[in-house]
Amino acid sequence: MKTGFWQVTFAILRKDMLAEIRSRELLSVMGLFALLSVLIFSFALEMDREARETAISGVIWVTVAFASIIGLNRSMSSEREQGSFDALLLAPVDRSALFLGKFLGNFVVVLLVGLILLPLGTLLYNITLITPWVLVILVLGIFGISTTGTLLAAMTAQTRARDALLSIAMLPIVLPVLLASVRATTSIISGDPTDLWISWPQILLVMDVIYMVLCFFTFGFIIEE
Amino acid sequence: MAQAKPKDFAQAPTPAPNLLRILTLVTVIGVVIALVFALNIAGTDIEQGEVQRIFYVHMPAFFGAFLAFGATVLGGIMYLWKRDPKWDRLAVAGVEVGFAFAMINLITGSIWARPIWNTWWTWDPRLTSEAIMVLTYAAYMMLRAGIDNMDTRRRFASVYGILAFATVLLTLFIIRFREDTIHPTVVGNSPQNAQGTFAASDGVVTALMVGLVIWGLLVPVTLMWYRIRLENMLDWVNRKKMEVLSA
Repeated sequence: MKTGFWQVTFAILRKDMLAEIRSRELLSVMGLFALLSVLIFSFALEMDREARETAISGVIWVTVAFASIIGLNRSMSSEREQGSFDALLLAPVDRSALFLGKFLGNFVVVLLVGLILLPLGTLLYNITLITPWVLVILVLGIFGISTTGTLLAAMTAQTRARDALLSIAMLPIVLPVLLASVRATTSIISGDPTDLWISWPQILLVMDVIYMVLCFFTFGFIIEE
Repeated sequence: MAQAKPKDFAQAPTPAPNLLRILTLVTVIGVVIALVFALNIAGTDIEQGEVQRIFYVHMPAFFGAFLAFGATVLGGIMYLWKRDPKWDRLAVAGVEVGFAFAMINLITGSIWARPIWNTWWTWDPRLTSEAIMVLTYAAYMMLRAGIDNMDTRRRFASVYGILAFATVLLTLFIIRFREDTIHPTVVGNSPQNAQGTFAASDGVVTALMVGLVIWGLLVPVTLMWYRIRLENMLDWVNRKKMEVLSA
């Protein structure tokens, strides 16, 4: 008997969330990394307000990207090390549901880091980052990073040079998403009229859909055996 | 030893088939013809002078890379479907040949940009996306090298090769939706701030078409064919090694 698709997805998500709530392993490491990264950037770039406006979105997104690499590595290699992924593969469930479950888990964790970053950036850079549209961009951008990230982490977890390989394989692929996110965020916080930047969330949405479809259907090939 | 399916075995190397020999000859002659067209027949550009002639290699080289990376996508999809290593050989040939053509594209562009834009490199949207594209395929080769198991390597490389093609499409279309690029377009109107645009007169179009056929089709196809044969040979040697070791 096969368990239902969504049942599997949410069971995996629940398992990941529960493990995270109990250990707080990912969030503490990623959160601390994010804090350090934003601090270092704010020391390194001592600038006037205008320069800060253009730099802050880059700082936020670079931090999100690197923090997500840390998180993705942990999330996949802990599955491998404890052999729980093999058990999941043995279970008579849909492989795409496994992907969706893992993806949602990573997405939620990275999104939390992003949500921590916004008030932090507001505080340190004295620029209001907490606006509805920035949140929309944050969700769209992190969605794109997490889809490819989950797929590639599952891939590199099975290789020799895991951590190093994930950053090499993942950064070029998510760069288009990062570029669009940075552009949109910069425009929004500098108060440009909507029609100047509305194409960026649209491009992001299209990229998210393309990445989601590609990763959803190719994940099964990554975790055979 | 685990029993391998017969189709997993590479075929014993054979001498180059006649069609490949003919193709090689045609390609070599074609390269000469393309160079004659680019260097001699096409008129000198009034504004840019002789340096504009590099364009007859520059743009076709991108389409050579496009063709080769497209072959990688085809090889990836077919491998995941049929699980026949010959498709993976096509994919790896596509990546390596495409990478070489992308590098030609970058280097010729850089040489052209020095006198026209007064810089070797600038972080223009299209230049940036092409750099990302090259890095992605460099990552493909790193990924391949990082996996020991042959089947796993082929599967992962297939998936990554399909994903990586997104960066190729991005490079091709970025000048359509980013108006701040200074890179000229050939088909349709160039962006307003494009620098180094030139009119496509008769001589230019003919030389470009010849260049596209030679650099964009014949040379990559010939090179990929040789690369597929080489990969086949490597697989065959590896298999022989395994046989000797397990005997």
